[in-house]
Amino acid sequence: MMELGLIAEIATSAMIVLGSLLALIGSWGMVRLPTLMERLHGPAKATTLGLGALLVGSVLYYQFYKGQWSAHELLISLFLFITAPIAANMIAKVHLHRLRQDRAKAGPAGTPPAPSEQSDWSTFEAPHSDTPVATSQE
Amino acid sequence: MIGYTVIFGLACLTLALLLNLWRLLRGPEVADRIVALDTMVINAIAVIVLIGIADANDIYFEAALLLAMVGFVGTVAYCKFILRGDIVE
Repeated sequence: MMELGLIAEIATSAMIVLGSLLALIGSWGMVRLPTLMERLHGPAKATTLGLGALLVGSVLYYQFYKGQWSAHELLISLFLFITAPIAANMIAKVHLHRLRQDRAKAGPAGTPPAPSEQSDWSTFEAPHSDTPVATSQE
Repeated sequence: MIGYTVIFGLACLTLALLLNLWRLLRGPEVADRIVALDTMVINAIAVIVLIGIADANDIYFEAALLLAMVGFVGTVAYCKFILRGDIVE
């Protein structure tokens, strides 16, 4: 039977290697993919999986080697998991607006189609009546 | 073994930061540069976490948490500036 120290070392090392490799793969995807909508995919994986694995490795390290429970890592990963989609959404909006102005290049899939016949994407439209934004301005 | 994996991780993250820098300088679009900066902040957080493991000092996590917050605010500020021409309206 293996001793606990060896298992802890293997688990921590595996998490560190996995996390840094995923961060590298995310950055490589950002360089490699053709246009912005595709380039957003790589860093999303680097943020969630890569840093997530690194922070789990850090929790394990502090737990096994220093015998202290540290919750900072969980705070960092919680904050990143909340903010990463918001940042990606804002960047995609910038891309859509630049596409409308013909100052950006559309990807292989072309420009995104309108959501329906009557309406456009909400980032291009004024607030509709009876929505919270529209009512707050009166 | 932990020491070797930390060195390996730092090598991977150095390469990742260089790739981000290439995308930041190359562009070609404004949004590409914003993505590159955002990813650079993420990789910098990863570097700080790894240094925190190597140094066995948990003060580094405060820095990583602060960088996560400032990086997010910076990305949103850049996007707002491109979208609206102003950051705080």
